[in-house]
Amino acid sequence: MSIESREMLINMGPQHPSTHGVLRIILKLNGEKIAASEPDVGYLHRGFEKLAENMLYHQFIPYTDRLDYIASMNNNQSYVIAVEKLLGIEAPPRAQAIRVIMSELGRISSHLVWLATHALDIGAMTVFLYCFRERETIIDLFEETSGNRLNYNYSRIGGVAFDLPEGFKDNLRKFLDIFPEKLGEYHRLLTKNRIWMSRTKGVGILTREQAINWGVSGPVLRGSGVKWDIRKAFPYDGYENYDFDIPTDDACDVYGRYLVRMEEMRQSRRILQQALKHLPDGKVILEDSPYVSPSKEKIMTENFSLMKHMVLTIKGMHTPIATLYSATENPKGELGFYIVADGSGKPYKLKIRAPSFINISAMPTMLRGNYLADVIAVIGSLDFVFGESDR
Amino acid sequence: MLFKDLRKGLAVTIGYLFRRPVTVQYPTEKLIPPERSRWRHYLGVFPEGKIRCIDCGLCERVCPPKVIKIIPEIREDGTKASGEYEIDLGRCMYCGFCVEVCPELAILMSSDNYEFSEYNRDRLIYQKEALLQSGSLSGGNDE
Repeated sequence: MSIESREMLINMGPQHPSTHGVLRIILKLNGEKIAASEPDVGYLHRGFEKLAENMLYHQFIPYTDRLDYIASMNNNQSYVIAVEKLLGIEAPPRAQAIRVIMSELGRISSHLVWLATHALDIGAMTVFLYCFRERETIIDLFEETSGNRLNYNYSRIGGVAFDLPEGFKDNLRKFLDIFPEKLGEYHRLLTKNRIWMSRTKGVGILTREQAINWGVSGPVLRGSGVKWDIRKAFPYDGYENYDFDIPTDDACDVYGRYLVRMEEMRQSRRILQQALKHLPDGKVILEDSPYVSPSKEKIMTENFSLMKHMVLTIKGMHTPIATLYSATENPKGELGFYIVADGSGKPYKLKIRAPSFINISAMPTMLRGNYLADVIAVIGSLDFVFGESDR
Repeated sequence: MLFKDLRKGLAVTIGYLFRRPVTVQYPTEKLIPPERSRWRHYLGVFPEGKIRCIDCGLCERVCPPKVIKIIPEIREDGTKASGEYEIDLGRCMYCGFCVEVCPELAILMSSDNYEFSEYNRDRLIYQKEALLQSGSLSGGNDE
């Protein structure tokens, strides 16, 4: 007697608790092994690139919050840096330092959400609850600074919206003091746990060559042993003044990416400590720049400032006629903005290079030959957000 | 020792069994939002009761999702006066640009009035009368 075997096609998603949003993966199975797979994205498409063409440069800032909604601060920063480069202006040193603090806090909070959901998908629920407890502290810091809990809208072209609130430094220092202990707890729960290791080691292999060829970025690239970080390669907002390491891992599997992200959280804490120590004084937004609205006091007292404010709000600024690509290192990878400016107040074209989208495209390579249950582990290790991938 | 790796993790979780929970029981206990929190809008008035808004329309222009609608009232001598003012809070993205651009401190966002959910989207469209109340008040369109 012979058993007939044939390939089976199944749809995983679009609604699936482990796909972190709405992702459909068409899996071709040979028994329980994956012969081929095809990710299908686009369920969360909202047309941000087209929307950007119809609004002034500063009006698009709150929309960048909705790209990678786990790390809104980093998206804000990335977009305003692109526009600042286009205009040829630079934020004051204090604003740059504040942006670095915010983006590193955003990185820690994004990685905490990743660890929480990744562990929950694989079956460790405890970690989920502990990670969200620490994330809450970071969100409280963001809330008292920017006024919102998730979509901050904090960075502005030429600086940041408000100065740090009273007591922020103490609260941040308190968080940085307790954080290593909590990080140690996550390590004790997972790193040497035999269930965790057997679920993640040797799963979802993406070799160094494949990673470079697919163009993946961020921790996924560094988990394949490539030492690449835009904060080091093309420093922005004064990152060249901070001392930190780029963690890499040569394992090229899910476990390797796990270790890289865990180490990144520790490095972010190092940057935060240095930023707190050397936080400069001064203005938080450019003044007397033709592209930035004056302060509220000036608008309410000086006629010229009011006129300038009206023109900037209604007509926007006169940008140089140029095309420009600017990228920053987001928690998910390289978030880039490609702007074609035609001299008016609105971008002629704004293209977003979303790291999640490009990391998803490498998924079929990682899945081939693995078991069906490992799909969840691979999805977790890629850490994508669909707000950004589908934009 | 047997299962040393698993015991290490269990030691962490058992340690937490004897600590106080961090959860806030929301409807019974409430946290106080920070000063800068951006919640429900309200219109500013002068101490004598006159509305501060001069119908310049900057908030209407800057609003990214375009939820503010202003219809100015033209007086007999041709000057503008504050007419109709409407905000659709169901579509608002709470970016705070309207407050930021207002040159007259006429539109503000309250820092603690966050409980205004409704069963009906129409009730989230706030008219001028509702926006003049800074305290909690539900709904613009009572039907």
